[in-house]
Amino acid sequence: MTETPNRRRWLPIALTLVVALGAAGLIALLVNIFQRQQEARNPFYRVVELNDDIDDPQIWGKNFPLQYDGYRRTVDQVRTRYGGSEAMPRTPTASDPRSIVAQSRLEEDPRLKTMWAGYAFSRDFREERGHAYMLEDQTFTERQNVAQQPGTCMHCHASVYVPYRKLGGGDLIKGFEAMNQMKYQEARTLVKHPVACIDCHEPNTMQLRVTRPGFLEGIQKVKAAQGVVNYDVNRDATRQEMRAYVCGQCHVEYYFKGSEKRLTYPWDKGLKADDILAYYEEAGVKDWTHAESGAPVLKAQHPEFELWSQGIHARSGVACADCHMPFQRVGAMKITDHHVRSPLLNINRACQTCHHWPEEELRARVQTIQDRTYQVRNLALDALLALIGEIKAARSGGASDVVLAKPRGHQRRAQFLLDFIEAENSMGFHADQEAMRILALSIDESRRGQVAVR
Amino acid sequence: MSARLGLVAAVLAGVLIGVGGYTFVYAKGYSYLTNDPAACANCHIMREHFAAWNRSSHRAVAVCNDCHTPPDLVGKYTTKAQNGFWHSFYFTTGRYPDPLRITPRNQRVTEAACRKCHAELAASIDSTPRHQDRARLVCTKCHNDVGHIE
Repeated sequence: MTETPNRRRWLPIALTLVVALGAAGLIALLVNIFQRQQEARNPFYRVVELNDDIDDPQIWGKNFPLQYDGYRRTVDQVRTRYGGSEAMPRTPTASDPRSIVAQSRLEEDPRLKTMWAGYAFSRDFREERGHAYMLEDQTFTERQNVAQQPGTCMHCHASVYVPYRKLGGGDLIKGFEAMNQMKYQEARTLVKHPVACIDCHEPNTMQLRVTRPGFLEGIQKVKAAQGVVNYDVNRDATRQEMRAYVCGQCHVEYYFKGSEKRLTYPWDKGLKADDILAYYEEAGVKDWTHAESGAPVLKAQHPEFELWSQGIHARSGVACADCHMPFQRVGAMKITDHHVRSPLLNINRACQTCHHWPEEELRARVQTIQDRTYQVRNLALDALLALIGEIKAARSGGASDVVLAKPRGHQRRAQFLLDFIEAENSMGFHADQEAMRILALSIDESRRGQVAVR
Repeated sequence: MSARLGLVAAVLAGVLIGVGGYTFVYAKGYSYLTNDPAACANCHIMREHFAAWNRSSHRAVAVCNDCHTPPDLVGKYTTKAQNGFWHSFYFTTGRYPDPLRITPRNQRVTEAACRKCHAELAASIDSTPRHQDRARLVCTKCHNDVGHIE
């Protein structure tokens, strides 16, 4: 025996300690593996039963707290170079209790007032705020006081899926048709929430779905023009397509058709700006008569879906949600970020998943596209204002409507094409070369108009 | 006395082997010794890569190991052990940057794999005057979706 009795006593204790540590480590690892496997099941806890009549997002949020948390963050107001909104303090009045609004686009660029002379937009036009404000900002815009707005507006400024079905006795389309014909203030009492979970998700499976009649009918026309008959978006679209189509329910160009004010997406000839313009020319649509030139003009509205559809991202199968609602990891779970916002505020997750370049480089690429678009947009706006000025002068000089018909037609087309890019919320990024093409068409129309008026 | 000590040691070793063995089996540790791509998706973090590979052009001709480990046996299992350790480490601690990026060593392994099967094509590109004097091109820089995008 070389061991001392002392050492013999300590050896088992030391051995026990080492093995205890090893066992504890192994069990900790085992528990961690178990935990990760549980997380991988993406569990959600059904604390409330959802159905097709619950539109309150707070109730849905009980089952999906992480997604709801992101959704609520759309109250954030952050600027990017050409978009986003800045919180501007405002003194509340009796008719408009808002104490914070976004910056006025009319003050930023007074030329817009001339472009929209005689139309409600020349009175109040602000940068859009996040989804959380869509109903409030629509309710209190100064435009409500300038013109009587129809209930049609609710289609995209409120969660209307449940209200439409209630109003239509269970029939979505009947409710849609009924609300279109109401006055805005009357329809406003029927809706409670801005866009909510139910507007894009089926309550039992959470599958994406289109609930807006405007898009259901609009995309059918696009597909019909491509030779696809009887297209039903909720039956025929792929999951990836739906990740763009649910956004396309509202981020589109539209008009109110006929005296029944039916919301219509002018896509019969296709999704390009000139396709849409050709449709309007044929259908003889006019939004208002220009106060300075007397031209029958059109207002383009946020055609994000249409411009995106002409760009490289759409061509590569990248949907709106991929950049504006990228996946994020919360713990070990992977969820869709429901804080819908500019990808420029979230370059890491929005862009770098595919583009392996530093953030600064990617931001610079985007801003190069936007700076270039902005420069040409300014040229087009100057050209349009020059044309409007010349028609106005000719008009006050006694030129007849017959003589002015041609230049007014050019103004109408130049203005719509320019406004298509101006109103679109990416300053050309969604399809950069297409944006330049449209602006070039606009400048050409202004030039032809000036030639015609002389 | 020494017999008793041996007994204690045997019991303790048994506990370790038991717990360790169970953990190994529970975590499907043995699957990592195989060539089955499904093993790489044991951890859900790799699910998208696995799903994307399943739809990729290389699905029919290469599994994960063909591109992500060297062809020789020693290199293969060294790489597996090394990556396996770090993957487990990061996945257990949960501290890793997102999006995931390939390490320089693994990049070299993958690049060699491209050039193993596409040797003729790669040689003819490398030998063009334009590319001769420059740093060698990296195939996946342009062909980033051949195995799996992401």
